Amino acid sequence: MSNVPSDLKYTKSHEWVRDNGDGTVTVGITDHAQELLGDLVHVDLPEVGTEFGAEDGCAVAESVKAASDIYAPVPGVIIESNEAVQDSPELINSDPYGDGWLFVMRVDDEDALGELLDAESYKAECDE
Amino acid sequence: MQRTALYAKHLESGAKMVDFAGWEMPIHYGSQLQEHHQVRNDAGMFDVSHMVILDLVGAQSKAFLHYLLANNVDKLKESGKALYSCMLTPEGTVIDDLIVYFITDTQWRIVVNAGTRDKDIAWMQQQIATFDATLTERDDLSMIAAQGPNARAKVLGIMPADEVAIVEPLKAFYGAFVNDWFIARTGYTGEDGFEMMFPNEQAHKVWDALLVAGIKPIGLGARDTLRLEAGMNLYGTDMDETTSPLVSGLGWTIGWQPADRNFIGRSALEAQKAAGIPQKFVGLVLEGKGVLRSHMKVICEGGDGETTSGTFSPTLGVAIALARVPASCGDTCEVDIRGKLHPAKVVKPVFARNGKSVLN
Repeated sequence: MSNVPSDLKYTKSHEWVRDNGDGTVTVGITDHAQELLGDLVHVDLPEVGTEFGAEDGCAVAESVKAASDIYAPVPGVIIESNEAVQDSPELINSDPYGDGWLFVMRVDDEDALGELLDAESYKAECDE
Repeated sequence: MQRTALYAKHLESGAKMVDFAGWEMPIHYGSQLQEHHQVRNDAGMFDVSHMVILDLVGAQSKAFLHYLLANNVDKLKESGKALYSCMLTPEGTVIDDLIVYFITDTQWRIVVNAGTRDKDIAWMQQQIATFDATLTERDDLSMIAAQGPNARAKVLGIMPADEVAIVEPLKAFYGAFVNDWFIARTGYTGEDGFEMMFPNEQAHKVWDALLVAGIKPIGLGARDTLRLEAGMNLYGTDMDETTSPLVSGLGWTIGWQPADRNFIGRSALEAQKAAGIPQKFVGLVLEGKGVLRSHMKVICEGGDGETTSGTFSPTLGVAIALARVPASCGDTCEVDIRGKLHPAKVVKPVFARNGKSVLN
């Protein structure tokens, strides 16, 4: 079974969300998602300053197998993109919750965080 | 779904299994990239038992192949020699691509794709009716391809001396019967190696012996990136029943000589040639970052084309594709990746073989 840290929030589309406690969140894709995709070879990350609504496609992760859209988990604006994963996409495979993070958003509406899944619910989603 | 005799062995090796043409096959055993490099740098094995082995025998079997195949089996002078050919519709489009091994003038072995099994056999049986020849499917056989620069040595290393004496001298594109086995120095990766056909009952034993010899299991995922780097066409995406071999990089497989060999599709191909071939089949190398996939729009001088296969090339570290483009296309183009145009170089449709890049 893939790793689902209990201190993170999740989406049904397999993004994880870390609440940084300062009105920003860090976003990546889950261990389960990287397992499904296989070896990642390219990511298209959003430019800093771009605004997204919840569930807007904002990034693309490409493995040797397939391209997969990544969605903004909450409405907000991109304040940082992880340049390291653009140079070394394999970080997403080796450390999806750490060095493999994708971007940081300033959250427009913090209530939206409450609508995300907790670890238990996300696990249940994956098992379905 | 169907399973090969090696199904349990794939699970033992930690395979992720997927549906491939109705077969439950390993896509990878952990990392497709590592498996790719394993074959380019050392030795790997593929279970290709889902492919269809057909034995053709009979007094008119050669005449039948003269009629059925676009390539000319008369090129095969020595027993064991293999020939790559397309099987065409009367309209000159591709029913399938295949390998035919010449054993004797009255005995041949043919290997066709798994995904086209039913239509291939139906077509061949229909065409063979007027010939004194019979075609038999050999689903009692399994097939493993051992590929990579060290694959031959590792396979030979676990063979008894009397078998080594037969197999070691095999030149590229030759095969031979060794007791109840057929072993050929062929493959689909651009690397040296063997394709080995043997009775299903032996499959587990063979797999285990190859593992011990240091030949690692490789999934269908890496098989695709390896063949694409080697510039080998994949039926169903690079060519099919809507495309001519002449716009699929397969003109070299047409046995035009002698002019009076009337194979199926010949007159259609001659008409296409006379009218002028409007497209050509090329390789693309993406200039920047990104990944090429099949069916992306290609914009070049003289019009638009389309990628037929695309991937990230593990050997080159860039995205590559095979593409059908206007004949006037120059040495650069642009590819539409999700609405954005990315520059790409146009090259001969072969990227890497024998462990390294063949690009300049």
